[in-house]
Amino acid sequence: MAIAVEGQTPKKRAWIERLKLGNRDKFITNANLALMCLPALAMLIVFNYMPMFGLVIAFKDYRFAKGIFGSDWVGLNNFRFIFGGAGTGWRIVWHTVSYNLIFIFTGLVGSLALAFLINEIHTTRASRVYQAMAFLPHFVSWVVVGIFANGFLRHDGGIVSKFLLTLGREPPYFYQSPQFWPYILAAVNLWKGVGFGSITYMAGMIGIDDELYEAARIDGANRWQEIRFITLPLLVPLIVTVTLLSLGGIFRGNLEMFQMMVGTNPLLYSTTDIIDTFVFRSLLTLGSLGLASAAGFFQSIVGLIMILATNTLVRTVNRERALY
Amino acid sequence: MAQSATMRVRSKRPFPIAKVIIHMVLAIVAFLCVMPMLLVIATSLSDDLVVAKDGLSLVPQGFTTYTYRFILQNPDQLLRSYGLTLLVTATGTAGGILLSALIGYALARKDFKLRGVFTFLVIFTMLFNGGMVPTYLIVRGMLGLHDNILALILPTMVIPWYIMMFRSHFSGLPYEIMESAKMDGAGEWRMFFQIAMPLSTPWLATIGLWYILKYWNEWVPAMMYIEDNRLFPLQYLLQQIVRNAQFLRSVADAMTTQVKIPGLSLQMAMVVVAAGPAMFVFMFLQKYFVRGLTAGAVKG
Repeated sequence: MAIAVEGQTPKKRAWIERLKLGNRDKFITNANLALMCLPALAMLIVFNYMPMFGLVIAFKDYRFAKGIFGSDWVGLNNFRFIFGGAGTGWRIVWHTVSYNLIFIFTGLVGSLALAFLINEIHTTRASRVYQAMAFLPHFVSWVVVGIFANGFLRHDGGIVSKFLLTLGREPPYFYQSPQFWPYILAAVNLWKGVGFGSITYMAGMIGIDDELYEAARIDGANRWQEIRFITLPLLVPLIVTVTLLSLGGIFRGNLEMFQMMVGTNPLLYSTTDIIDTFVFRSLLTLGSLGLASAAGFFQSIVGLIMILATNTLVRTVNRERALY
Repeated sequence: MAQSATMRVRSKRPFPIAKVIIHMVLAIVAFLCVMPMLLVIATSLSDDLVVAKDGLSLVPQGFTTYTYRFILQNPDQLLRSYGLTLLVTATGTAGGILLSALIGYALARKDFKLRGVFTFLVIFTMLFNGGMVPTYLIVRGMLGLHDNILALILPTMVIPWYIMMFRSHFSGLPYEIMESAKMDGAGEWRMFFQIAMPLSTPWLATIGLWYILKYWNEWVPAMMYIEDNRLFPLQYLLQQIVRNAQFLRSVADAMTTQVKIPGLSLQMAMVVVAAGPAMFVFMFLQKYFVRGLTAGAVKG
């Protein structure tokens, strides 16, 4: 290094000697670096690792007085209750997975479409405005989204109800009709995420070498053909990576969204109850920790398997984007 | 930029009709994205009786600022929630950034012996978690953080993903600078605070904003650990007000009882007052949010 060679002061030379000697300094360096890790690691241990061990309560009859580790073992009883005959276990698992699949698909199509459209008018000032407006819902809390949705869907005076009335149709009671909710939730999820999601794809599009387009143009390709044969194929690795990473979380539902959109409205559970809302509700209102912990345990284990599987696939597609 | 030069060439190609259609589609999408906000603002400025009769609308009906004056008459609960949310957000963000940057810096150092083990400890929490039930039992039962502001700050303060962001960023810093600082006699802490951190201001801003957005919009911890309404953060207060007509009445009862209590328009005014200012600020800081999304690789 230039500095090391030119550094002629005795002080610097002494330092170089010490660095070469090293062992004591290496120990001091390592000790200091470890000290820097300590606060964050302590937090992770308390709020992430301890709950992992706390998962054992799925196999216990939890009693507050006895604590997590002192409560009695009950084997698979909690699981029998929730995944057995009359239990809601499979229903909430099915809902969680199918909603996530819907969200991943609509999100992908919507974000890609928006990215393509904005990219087409990339240089105009208007494109910046559209982009900024589409990004705005990302900043809205789910509490407020729930209030927005109510303004649209409420039977007396909601925007959608009023619109149906002007068409001469009787508006349905959305908050009592479970059949509408998969569509409503997909629309709301798209609304909140599409601007955010399109950013990744737009970055991917900007990264494509312009020479490719020029070459295509010389060969007489029109704009649509450029998209079809250049942009889209070159985005495939990115699309696959993003989709795989979302598939990794397919057993984890968006609690905030479902809780704020549906809340504790039992009329809608038949199409909207997911693992996370079930656990949340059991924990806070019903106080039935056994069922909640069994559902949570299932979610954690299957979630781990999914993430390991999808991450292995991501590593083969795009090593840079893999989690590890 | 060469990029924009070629772009300009491309946009010169004659496709006026297609361009017009694209602009129209995007304008509609953009309008749909902000339409709910217009709805809320318009309703908050409407006469409550008209709203009850004619339903909600995108333009104020029977324009009045009554709801806002009503809120300002007795803003105690609102101001307290604002103060609490500001405090939680400020401390959570400052603490989160400091802790993540510290560990991120150490994990980026190739000469750190425990690098592998500690990195694994961080990454593993992204793969596997105990979920809500054990977390609740530990925070509330073992740590006893019931009705305690720390329950709103600590459980989600260290985010493994952000640690990896910092690690990746610090890995990219030129190591020569560190080395020469070391020769000048700087210790690890001094190198972190006086060299690594000042070189990271763009990342500190971006991750800081992510933290601010997270803490500002969060309500689940409040629902799990807080019962005392003096400790309600903004989002939770808002939810209580809307979901719980009784709560609204109890707030109103604390005020002078002789005035009429507006319904829907008051709720919407609460939404504007509680969520509006932050939305406004976030909107102008948008470009900093985006940086991290396009950074791509998170690996060191």
